[in-house]
Amino acid sequence: MKIPETLAFECETGNYHTFCPISCVAWLYQKIEDSFFLVVGTKTCGYFLQNALGVMIFAEPRYAMAELEEGDISAKLNDQEELEKICLQIKNDRNPSVIIWIGTCTTEIVKMDLEGIAPKLEERIGTPIVVARANGLDYAFTQGEDTVLAAMAHRCPDYKHFETDGGPGKIEHVRINTGPTNKSLFQKERLTKSNLVLFGSLPSSVASQLNLESKRQSVPVSGWLPSQRYNELPTLGEGIYVCGVNPFLSRTATTLMRRRKCQLIGAPFPIGPDGTRAWIEKICSIFNIKPEGLEERENQIWKNIKDYIQIIEGKSVFFMGDNLLEISIARFLIRCGMIVYEIGIPYMDRRYQAAELSFLQHTCENMKIPSPRIVEKPDNYSQVQRMHELKPHLAITGMAHANPLEARNIDTKWSVEFTFAQIHGSSNARDILELVTRPLRRKGGFTPNSRSLSKQTLQN
Amino acid sequence: MKLAYWMYAGPAHIGTLRVASSFRNVHAIMHAPLGDDHFNVMRSMSERERDFTPVTASVVDRHVLARGSRDKVVNNISRKDEEQRPDSIVLTPTCTSSILQEDLQNFVDRASLYSESDVILADVNHYRVNELQASDKTLEQIVRHFLNRAREKGLSNRSLTDTPSVNIIGISTPGFHNQHDCRELKRLLGEPGISINQIIPEGEFLRNLRDLPRAWFNVVPYREMGLMAATFLEKEYGMPYISKSPIGILNTADFITRIGKPVNLWSSALLGKEVNYDLYIENQTKFVSQAAWFSKSIDCQNLAGKEAAVSGDATHAASITKILVKEMGIRVSCSGTYCKHDAEWFNEQVQGLCDEVIITEDHTKIGNMIARIEPSAIFGTQMERHIGKRIDIPCGVISSPVHIQNFPSGYRPFLGYEGTNQISDLIYNSFNLGMEDHSPDVFGGHDTKGVNTKSLSVAKREIHWAPEAESEPKKIPGFVRGKIRRNTEVFAKQNNILEITVDVMYAAKEKSSL
Repeated sequence: MKIPETLAFECETGNYHTFCPISCVAWLYQKIEDSFFLVVGTKTCGYFLQNALGVMIFAEPRYAMAELEEGDISAKLNDQEELEKICLQIKNDRNPSVIIWIGTCTTEIVKMDLEGIAPKLEERIGTPIVVARANGLDYAFTQGEDTVLAAMAHRCPDYKHFETDGGPGKIEHVRINTGPTNKSLFQKERLTKSNLVLFGSLPSSVASQLNLESKRQSVPVSGWLPSQRYNELPTLGEGIYVCGVNPFLSRTATTLMRRRKCQLIGAPFPIGPDGTRAWIEKICSIFNIKPEGLEERENQIWKNIKDYIQIIEGKSVFFMGDNLLEISIARFLIRCGMIVYEIGIPYMDRRYQAAELSFLQHTCENMKIPSPRIVEKPDNYSQVQRMHELKPHLAITGMAHANPLEARNIDTKWSVEFTFAQIHGSSNARDILELVTRPLRRKGGFTPNSRSLSKQTLQN
Repeated sequence: MKLAYWMYAGPAHIGTLRVASSFRNVHAIMHAPLGDDHFNVMRSMSERERDFTPVTASVVDRHVLARGSRDKVVNNISRKDEEQRPDSIVLTPTCTSSILQEDLQNFVDRASLYSESDVILADVNHYRVNELQASDKTLEQIVRHFLNRAREKGLSNRSLTDTPSVNIIGISTPGFHNQHDCRELKRLLGEPGISINQIIPEGEFLRNLRDLPRAWFNVVPYREMGLMAATFLEKEYGMPYISKSPIGILNTADFITRIGKPVNLWSSALLGKEVNYDLYIENQTKFVSQAAWFSKSIDCQNLAGKEAAVSGDATHAASITKILVKEMGIRVSCSGTYCKHDAEWFNEQVQGLCDEVIITEDHTKIGNMIARIEPSAIFGTQMERHIGKRIDIPCGVISSPVHIQNFPSGYRPFLGYEGTNQISDLIYNSFNLGMEDHSPDVFGGHDTKGVNTKSLSVAKREIHWAPEAESEPKKIPGFVRGKIRRNTEVFAKQNNILEITVDVMYAAKEKSSL
C-alpha cells in the first residue's frame, strides 16, 4: 500500500465539470440486456439524460424517469404506491428480468426510503428490484456504475465452497499489494477452474478479448459482474477471486471483499498493452502460474502502434479530469512517450488504485520523465489558468470546455469518448491512440502515412 | 410521480441560465449538485460557442447537507466577482436547492456586501414552471431590477429617441434559429426606417438596460420569452408592444401593419409626418419573398389537400399551421403544442385551421396521434423527426427542442421575408421527398418493405395473416398499403377474427368505404 513519495497529490475545490453519475444507465442498460433502469428524480435528471445521451433516447431505450412532482416532495403522495404504479406499467410494457432504481439527489434529500420500499414491491410485483444511489451529491460520472455494480453484487448467487485440506477459515485474504506476491500463501491445487470473476461493465466483444487473454495463460474467467443477462450473474463467495477491469470500481471492490468475502486481486488496469500485461501477470502470480509469451505479445502490439506513437512522442498532455480513467490512460500515454503535466481526477482511491499508481510511478522512472501532479477534485477555473501557462499540446477535457479551449488554440480531446470507446486489452491500444491522436492528426503533416490511419488494418 | 421517457421543455433553471448567459458579462452561479452544469455542454456543443459559458456551480454535496451552504455560496460569489468582474451574478436555484429550503436571498444579501457586482437571486419555482416560463420570468425580473435601480439612482432616461426605434425582446442563447431571426428582424425593422434601440437578452450589457424606455415600442417575436418583460414595460413606462410573430407572409404583413400604430403615435409630433408601410409590404411580398409566388406555382398546386401534422412550441406551431393552411392550401389534420401554459392562446390561433388540436407534454401521445392520422408530412421538433423516421413519414423541424443540426452556420431565419423563403423550401422539400419515395412503389419497386403497424406502443400482434392474404397488400401501391393493412387489422379485431384471409381483407375494405 506504499505509494512512492514522488507522486504528488493535491486536492482542490471540487468546482469541476463532469457528468452526473446517473449517466451510467446509458451503457448499463445496453450491457444488461434484460434490465430496465428507472431513475427516480426530477426534470433536471431527465433533461440531462436526454441531452447527454443524444440519439439513444429515440431508440426505445430500456430506461425511464420516475419524475417526482410537488406532491412527492411534500410527501402528499405515498412513495410506495406511486412506485408500484410505475413499476407495474414497466412490467406490462417491457417485462424486464430486473428493475434497477437509480436514486438521485432529490431522493437523498427528501430521504425517500428506496432500499426499504424495494423488497416490499419486489414481492408484490414479482420482479427483482435493485437499488443504487447514483447521485451527484456523492459521486461523479463513472462512479454511477460503481454504485450499481455494488448493489448488484448482493444479488449474485452464493458460491458453494468445496473444502479441500485447508478449509475456508484458512484462506488468507489477498492484500492489495504492490510488491511481488507471497506465493506461499496460495496452493495451486486448491484453485479450481471456476474462481476468477472479473468486475466492470465492458462491451461483450471486449469482455471476450479479456477472457481470451486470461485463458491463454490457463486462467479461465468464470464469470463477469455484470453479466449479459441478469440471471447469469456469477456466483460469489469465499474462495472466489475477483479483479477489477476499471479504475472507478472501488465501492464494488469493497463490497465484494467485505460482504461477499471474495478475494481481491489488486492489479493495474488492462488499459494499453503495458497495463494489460501487468494485469495478466498479477492475476497469474495470484494463481501461481508462470505467464507465457506475454513479453512477445506486448512487443508485437507496441510495434503495431508505432505509427501513432510517432505522432504523440514528446508531446504534452493535460487531463482536466472527469471520469476516473485518468491515471491508467496517463500511464499508458507516458509509456507512449508523452509528457503529462497534470492528471485531474474526481476521486482518488489510493488503495484500490495502488497497483496502478505504483505502475505509473515506475513508468515515469523508466521513461525518465518527472511524475505528473495528481489533482483530486480539481478546480476547472484554476486548471484553465494553469493550461494557459503550460500550453500543453493536448487537453483531455469535457465538452463544456472543449470548444472554448480549441478557440484558444489548445487542441482538445473529449474525455467522455474514453468511457464509450473500447479501450481495454492489448488489441484495443490502437483505439485509445486513435482517439488521442485525432486532434493532432487533424492538422496533418506529421508523418507521411498518418492521413488514413483509421483505415489501416491491424497487421497481426 | 409520473413515468417519463422524454420531455419537450427543460427544467426551470435552464430557462434562467439561458437568459443570464445571453446577457453580456453576467455570470450565473448554480446552487446545484455535481453534474447539474450540463447547460455548459449544451451551449458549448450546440451553439459551438467559443467562450467559456459564464455558468459555474456552487456544488451541493454531503457537507452542504450537513452544514448548510451559506459560506460556500457566499465564497463562490465573491470569488467569481474577483476573478471575472461580472456586472452581475445571478444565483440560480435548481430542483435540489429548492427542496433544501435554504434562505438563498439571505446569502445573496450577504454576498452583495462584499462584491462589486450586482447579485440577484433568480426567482423561479422549480416544481411549478418549466424552462420557457422560467426564462420569461427571469428576463422580466432582470429588466425590473435594473430599471428600478436606475430610477432610484436617478439615472433612468425616459426621453424617446429622435427617430422611431424599437427594443427586440426575447432573443437568447440556445434558441431555435434565434441568431438568424434576430438579423432578419433587424432588417425587417430597419428597412422601413425603424432603428434598434436594444436587443435583450442576447449580447446586451445590463448597465444599458436603463435606456430601454427610450424606444418607441417593443417587439416580442416569440411568445415563450419576453411577454412578461414587455407587459412590465407597458405598465410602468407606457411602452406599447407587438407580440405578433412575423413568421410567414401573412403574419409578416400583419406584423408590419401593426408597427404603424405605435410609430404614428409619436411620428406626427416628432417627425411631422405619418408613416404608411403598405407599399413596403407589397414590394417585399412580390419581390423579396418567393413564398407568395411559390404558393401560386404548379409545385404548390401538387401539395393542395395533402395532410400534415404540426407540433412544437406555441409560436412556431401556430405560425406554421397558418402558413400550411392559408398560404399553401395544405390540410393540417392535427396541430399541437407542448406549451400547456399557453393553451388558450394556441387554441384561439389554430381555431378553424385544423381538424384536431392536441395540447400535451407527452411525446407518446403525439407519436400515436401521428401514427393514427398518417399525414404525408410532419412539422415538429426533433422528437417528431424521429417518430417520422420510425414510421416512414418525412418531417421538417420547426421548433425546439433542437439538436446541433438546428444551429446551421448558413443563414436560416424563420422570421421575416427571408424566413418565408426558408420555410417554403422546408415545407416543399419535406413533401417532395415523400412523393419520390412513393413513386417506385407504384411501379412495384419497393416490395420488400415490411408493413408496420404504425403504432408506437409495443403491442403484441395477435392477429394472424394467412399467406395468400399476406401477399395481397403487395398489389396495392405502397403509400396506402400501411393504411389498408391497419384497417384490416382493426376490422378483424372488432369482429373477433383471428386469421385474416383475402375474404376478410375485402370485407374490411367494403366496410371502410361505406
